[in-house]
Amino acid sequence: MIIKILGSGCPNCKRLEANAQKAVEELGSDAVINKVTDMGLIINYGIMSTPALVINEQVMSYGRIPDVVEIKAMLSNPELIKPTINNPTPKTSGCSCGGKC
Amino acid sequence: MFYPIQLLADWLSYSVFSIAPKTLLASAVNFFIFDTIKIFILLGIIIFAVSIIRSFLPAEKIRNILSHKHKIIGNILAALFGIITPFCSCSAVPLFLGFVEVGVPLGVTFSFLVSSPMVNEVALVLLFGMFGWKIATIYVLSGVIIAIVSGLIIGELPVEHLLADFVRQNQAKNAIKLPQMNWPQRLNYAKSYTWDIVKKVWPYILIGIGVGALIHGYVPADFLAKYAGADKWYAVPLAVLIGIPLYSNAAGVIPLVSALTEKGVAIGTTLAFMMAVTALSLPEFMILKKVMKTKLIIIFASIVGIGIIFTGYLFNFLIK
Repeated sequence: MIIKILGSGCPNCKRLEANAQKAVEELGSDAVINKVTDMGLIINYGIMSTPALVINEQVMSYGRIPDVVEIKAMLSNPELIKPTINNPTPKTSGCSCGGKC
Repeated sequence: MFYPIQLLADWLSYSVFSIAPKTLLASAVNFFIFDTIKIFILLGIIIFAVSIIRSFLPAEKIRNILSHKHKIIGNILAALFGIITPFCSCSAVPLFLGFVEVGVPLGVTFSFLVSSPMVNEVALVLLFGMFGWKIATIYVLSGVIIAIVSGLIIGELPVEHLLADFVRQNQAKNAIKLPQMNWPQRLNYAKSYTWDIVKKVWPYILIGIGVGALIHGYVPADFLAKYAGADKWYAVPLAVLIGIPLYSNAAGVIPLVSALTEKGVAIGTTLAFMMAVTALSLPEFMILKKVMKTKLIIIFASIVGIGIIFTGYLFNFLIK
């Protein structure tokens, strides 16, 4: 499972990351937490309000900081993180922009 | 409405701190206690209420509404939506990119960019608390009108080529379905957002009210009239220039300015100053350089600046 924290590195992003880290530890999950700070990549998820929490390429929350309990619920509910058909994963583009586009 | 707070302030200053009433010190202390309590109660209630509204209308939803709107109606809606959205300079770039990417016209995006920081709930609470509802209403209405008109003007100008290249290349994507908050999440969000804001602004507000209270108590009335009264033509543009670098302290500036107004600064000058503090922010301009050329930022700032100066003169003329 891949957890992504989207945000420019503001204090709120760090709080969200800490909560996610704690949730992962408490569940003993093997989820990996990645930070995404590139604005171009962030808006590809269809959001503008950061910080956002993305689990398996699915936006779970944005513009707020879910607490540890809520993140644990997200992580343990397989229904919640099943990708839907009308939710295309953002392009990891084939162009030479180095992820900037 | 604030009578119980006045009683509390009287009791604290005359009985608890046992300052003799009717002295300059008593007047300053009483003023400080009354205003502080009043402002923080108002801040708590209003920010919480606005956060709840925003949990139904996040920027992501607003841009989808705006992307289907044409000029004028789009500008009006953008200016109105700007009232409920929070804005710090760090969100300027994602908002700008996000709006342009779903096809919101440039002029409409600018209306939003002007109104969002200028007409915000913190400024509104402070204006209402320190100046009363009339000035607060004038501020909101003028702010919204400046946002609409600036956006309309920029929309008419040939400025597309002044956007950073990658903004124009960013093509519209499929609307991605985003999760909605439920009620416990909304309440939680509103609670923590309110707390965040109050935590961030309280020192500025205390300092602002504190210095304001000193001015209130010790500076003679009309002291500033000869420098910044309504008949001084240079007062308005000067106030706007001074306001540009002060954004982070907006919360503290308003109580301070309210005291200055008492001492003879004309009300239009005061309004123009506060608008400049919130709408023309140097840090925001620096950040916007990532998505547009300096020339466009200067055009944007000049149009809004002229609007603010005009508003200042107008109310100096209308309200004596």
